Amino acid sequence: MSEFFTLSVLIATFASAVRLAVPYLLAALGETIGQRSGVLNLGVDGVMLLSAFGAYYTVIETGSHLLGVGVGLLIGLFMGVVYAVVTVHLHAKQGISGIGIFLFGLGFSDLLSQELVGAIQPIKKLPSLAKLPFVGGIFEPLEDIKYIGELLFSHNLMTYVAFALVPIVTWMMNRTTFGLNIKAVGENPQAADSLGVSVERTRFFAILIGNTLAGLAGATLSLQLGVFQQNLTNGLGFIAVALVYFGAWRAKWVMAGAMLYGLVTATRLQWQARDIIPNSASDLAAMTPALITILALVLLAKRVRGPAALTKPFTRH
Amino acid sequence: MKTNRSRRFLTLLTALLALSMFAAACGGSESATGTATSECGTDNAVVKGDKVTDLSVAVVAPSDSQDLAFTQSMIDSLTRLGIEPQVTDGTFQVEVAADAIRGYAEDGINVIIVHGTQYGGSLAEIAPDFPETSFIWGTATSTQGIANIFAYYPEAQQGGYVNGWIASELTGGGAIGVVGPVEAGDAVAYINGFKAGAEANGVSNVAVTYTGSFSDVALATEAAEALVTVGVEALTGTSQSAVGAVNVADENGIPWFGTQSNQEAWSTDQVVASQVYHWEVILDDMFEMIEEGTLGGEAMSLTLENGGLLVEINGCFNLDSDIESGAQDIIKKIIAGDINPPA
Repeated sequence: MSEFFTLSVLIATFASAVRLAVPYLLAALGETIGQRSGVLNLGVDGVMLLSAFGAYYTVIETGSHLLGVGVGLLIGLFMGVVYAVVTVHLHAKQGISGIGIFLFGLGFSDLLSQELVGAIQPIKKLPSLAKLPFVGGIFEPLEDIKYIGELLFSHNLMTYVAFALVPIVTWMMNRTTFGLNIKAVGENPQAADSLGVSVERTRFFAILIGNTLAGLAGATLSLQLGVFQQNLTNGLGFIAVALVYFGAWRAKWVMAGAMLYGLVTATRLQWQARDIIPNSASDLAAMTPALITILALVLLAKRVRGPAALTKPFTRH
Repeated sequence: MKTNRSRRFLTLLTALLALSMFAAACGGSESATGTATSECGTDNAVVKGDKVTDLSVAVVAPSDSQDLAFTQSMIDSLTRLGIEPQVTDGTFQVEVAADAIRGYAEDGINVIIVHGTQYGGSLAEIAPDFPETSFIWGTATSTQGIANIFAYYPEAQQGGYVNGWIASELTGGGAIGVVGPVEAGDAVAYINGFKAGAEANGVSNVAVTYTGSFSDVALATEAAEALVTVGVEALTGTSQSAVGAVNVADENGIPWFGTQSNQEAWSTDQVVASQVYHWEVILDDMFEMIEEGTLGGEAMSLTLENGGLLVEINGCFNLDSDIESGAQDIIKKIIAGDINPPA
């Protein structure tokens, strides 16, 4: 056990937690924006899968991670348009529509993978800051700093983008007209409408942003792992939805939830590798992150209140 | 007379030559039983064999049919038998698999290969409803007492032991890491065998991590990263999620040992050897029995001895010839029963 509490192992564990947390964080931030506008999207996982494959395949064809991320974003945006039309304009039930998007993403990404790629082939992973073209030299000395380098400067660009989005989303939601409109239509769409806020347009754009971030999460996942395979997300999108509840619809707490999830997972893997957790308890250990999330949700459920109009379609009377 | 004598001499010489070639061939295959070395730079694609049966065949499997792991091992084996089965893959959800199994049976498919231990419960309900259909189920050691079920399983610990022994030779006693999925089925047999093979050759630290998932690549990746921080000098793993761990091995220049399918394509530099399941060895027998009217009732296994398990060494890795011949000795001892790897 004492072996675990050495600085190098703790830093490696934290770095692992950050890598695990990034896709959750991106997807959950997007879902937070959508839910604050009153729209629940259970299709996050499907959008992530489609974007993950799109990004992966783009890198296979072009060798460019930048293009891969771009394609992932565009797929997210496109799926956002689809979901927004279905739920906002056609007033379809959000839960069922989301599940439909998920199942479509699950099946179609697998079909494309089998038809276009065939046997799984690894690709180059997203490079760390120090290995970026043109600007990598600036970060190289920083990555070499003992302990600090691995902790703060060894990650890929998407990691910094994800964490930078936390204050940006917070600022957008609390300090911009668009953000305040999102919250208004999520709480009381009739009141917002009476004040001249276009509920449909606000929800439409909130969904677009949310799905684009889900697309970014999927692209980050496949490019960070350097591979795509059937159901790569493994339910990650659904955990991201749970993290929104965990984080009480606030970006910083969503980040805390994603980091907690990553940290618990990374710690149990480190403990298993060091035989601190016996293999006989591995199944129990595997459940720990989910158990902690459920426990936190139970404890938080009575203390925080979600957007009042969440899942409720808006019709002008 | 002279002509007759020389003709007789030539005939004898030819016979002797043929006999010596036959003996050499037998000797060669015996010494190479259980191993094969690929030629570096060549395509390892499975070649379709001559069709062995006219029975219609369907496969229901949990992961992708091109996963370079469990499911692909079955598809590749059928290809070697010249069979193009109908395939329903990606059925990690047992209910979905159950629907597919029943659907194929209702469609009148002769043989349904139910490729996943977890489908056993559903199969026990479905198989009795279709007594004319043969179900081939694995990995499982029992037919559940149902007449139209064949069971199959690999003695994965055997190839695991060989891989573990080779790994220990490469690390010289240094730590070795294992990325396991769920502590069940052939995964646990392979890992136990691998551990025993490494420990028998002087490795005291074989660190084993079970991620709790057959398919979570991110977890397998981070499990391998965690093992790298422990200081492992070789890695192995099983299940379709292992591709993530192979990437970590590749990045860190750590030798990798695969199982189920040949995993050279994932890293031509770092994959040392893969234990490959050649299900065709037992499927061929099963198809023959089905054609003769026996639709089940027997469990068959893949072993190094029957050729169902083959340790395929990556020609690009340039494994030391002494280690390779040492591995062949280990295989001979396993076949002879002198070594019994734990499952």
